Amino acid sequence: MSEDRILKLDRRNGLSRRTTLKGLGAAAGLIAAPGFVRYGQAQSSAPIKIGFQCHRTGIGAAYGRWYERVTAAAAKRINDAGGINGRPLEIVIEDDGTDPKRGAEVVEKFANQHKVDLVYGTLFSHVVVGSAPAAGELKIPYYVVSEGYHVASGKLNRYCVQPGITDVKAQVRSVAPWIAGNLGKKVTLVYPDYAFGHDHRDFFEPAIKAQGGEVVAKVPIPPTETSFTRYFPQIPSDTDVIYHVMVGPAVLTFVKELGEFFGSGGPQLFGFIDSLEAVDIKSPGLEFLEGSHFWEGMPRYAQPDQPDYVTAYREAVGIDENGASTGDAKDISTAAHMFGCWETLNIIKASMEACGYRGPEDRAAMIEATEAMTEMEAGPDHPQGKKLFNGKTHQVFGEQSISQVSDGKLKVVHRTSIEDGSYEPEADYTTMSF
Amino acid sequence: MKIQTNLAPSAKSLALHAGVVLLLLALNFLLPEYHRGIFARVLVLSVFAMGYNLAFGYTGLLSLGHAMFFAAGLYGAGLPIYHLGWNVWPAFGAGILAGGALALVVGFLALRTTGVAFMIVTLMFAQVFYLTTLYFTTYTRGEEGLVLPQAVRRLSLPDGPLDLSDPSTRYLVALSLFTVVLAAILFLVRAPYGRSLVAIRENEERMRMLGYDVFANKLAAVVLSGTFCAAAGAAYGVLFGYVGSGFASIQYSILPLLWVLVGGAATTLGPLIGTLFMFYVIDTASSYTTAHLLVVGLVLIGVILFFPKGIAGTVRERWLRWLP
Repeated sequence: MSEDRILKLDRRNGLSRRTTLKGLGAAAGLIAAPGFVRYGQAQSSAPIKIGFQCHRTGIGAAYGRWYERVTAAAAKRINDAGGINGRPLEIVIEDDGTDPKRGAEVVEKFANQHKVDLVYGTLFSHVVVGSAPAAGELKIPYYVVSEGYHVASGKLNRYCVQPGITDVKAQVRSVAPWIAGNLGKKVTLVYPDYAFGHDHRDFFEPAIKAQGGEVVAKVPIPPTETSFTRYFPQIPSDTDVIYHVMVGPAVLTFVKELGEFFGSGGPQLFGFIDSLEAVDIKSPGLEFLEGSHFWEGMPRYAQPDQPDYVTAYREAVGIDENGASTGDAKDISTAAHMFGCWETLNIIKASMEACGYRGPEDRAAMIEATEAMTEMEAGPDHPQGKKLFNGKTHQVFGEQSISQVSDGKLKVVHRTSIEDGSYEPEADYTTMSF
Repeated sequence: MKIQTNLAPSAKSLALHAGVVLLLLALNFLLPEYHRGIFARVLVLSVFAMGYNLAFGYTGLLSLGHAMFFAAGLYGAGLPIYHLGWNVWPAFGAGILAGGALALVVGFLALRTTGVAFMIVTLMFAQVFYLTTLYFTTYTRGEEGLVLPQAVRRLSLPDGPLDLSDPSTRYLVALSLFTVVLAAILFLVRAPYGRSLVAIRENEERMRMLGYDVFANKLAAVVLSGTFCAAAGAAYGVLFGYVGSGFASIQYSILPLLWVLVGGAATTLGPLIGTLFMFYVIDTASSYTTAHLLVVGLVLIGVILFFPKGIAGTVRERWLRWLP
């Protein structure tokens, strides 16, 4: 080809080889430059899809309703701030019926039909444990918000992580020093006679002993029980504190009968708010709880000294100062647990950004990025408080609130430290293969 | 229900059943991944329903406690694997034995009653079993359950171990179990023993008068039924890797009743049809609305209105009289 011919072609196209190279170089420079990386990827990227395994029906429905609201609020916040690696976040919801069999099917549906990047959001322990094998087999990250000890126990697999909410073992251990120091050292445990109650029994006894206290009696309540008065004579008269973790519809009867049995006297009461999540503290029959104490993962009622980021979180998820829905004062939230959805989604975002997540081929890298996390400062991403993540056990540790019922509201009287609840790792997922 | 008189299985019904099994085999290679996984689960649960159908559909024993047999198989296989490190073969055998033995004991006691009393007694036994699994948390982890690690869910064979968590292997193992139990049920209900069970269902007094040992026949039916259900439970544990109390709850006693009623009681293919139908109604409805349970309820009312004897039962009554 002659030089004249090349010149003619260049002129006809209006684009010389030199100009083309310059343009390409400049574009590459812009894309590679800080701040433009996300934009560059976003131009060719589909949304990041997160499968939300939600308890829309079944016994977990009250929790599921609030987990769904918090998830929507957290996803909106992330998307408003530019998404993850510049890609928008899309939440795909499937109802697991709070059933372990359906839970596993839902994980399969997310992975094989919806083609999501990861699965997230499960609360009830039996659904987590029932779904975990499917997540491991499909090699899909499974970020749970369950507070069960199942993840930290090492019995699941490398794809199962709980980075946004503390586990029951840490929660129980963290309240023991305060109970021994403020309410008394002789404790009677009243708990449902199945795994949830057994965990409290087995974790609390050594914890209170370490504080110089003792469990003077254990009163297991069969799961089919609807009336409780006949169990109360088993509570020794020298009991300082009754530690109660009853759950389910019978909890109102339980508290009412406890009040009738002890009248105005009786031992101090310490409970886990799990008993009364989504239940109004001012419900008839609960007057007896006035003055008693509860563990709360995050305060239900707005506290006078709460930081601005907590106020912003509460506004975003739609709860008023009493912890009820801003749209319906009778719709009480599950505040002590649902923050875990907010925090977990932020950790998912941070993990994906840390590993430069592109798609399912980076799932293992994403888990490794989460495992590499350690301290998480309290703030807009972690409104519940400061946390410490243990990459070996895939479990996060954090501060807890101890609140007192005062004028029918829960007022925070103590914040436990991360150290109060920490324990030696009993597993190491990082040694497992993907 | 009218008793059919041809004792030998007709060529038509044999061809139909072979065709169903071949179709299910082909589906392993044709179905999209998600649906293949679901079919594997449905095949195992169909075995549960077929076991239930033997007692309820053919013998007329309305039990509300069959979850205990399924769960006996589940725990009978799962606990030795989890705590004792057993291989899948002996564990599977232990699961079946556990279910069979439990069915023998429960059947021996519960068959002293009939009708509503039988329903209540089986329900009570199942409740005892369920609460027992909840109580011994140290071994069972109660309602939370246990995960059987992927590494131990391998089926030892002369050519090397089969990984039961592999989707295709899992499907084929589930289909093998389904085929064996389907063939066994087909053989049973066409054999003189099966005819005597149907006769007991239709007129127990007359059978007694004719010299049949009604109690022994019913007990054998309960033991066989419990054994099939236990096989399903044991298979569920080793194939899907989860063992939990939920499978012993009342819900899992009612589900096989529902599957059998929808599919067609006392039909060989009804349990498969009912289980598959119920799964897809729930799965499809929940994809479109959060009020999917309302849709499920309406669909069930529709099925009862238009298929009063279940899908396969009504098809047999109206069109295909030869359907077993």
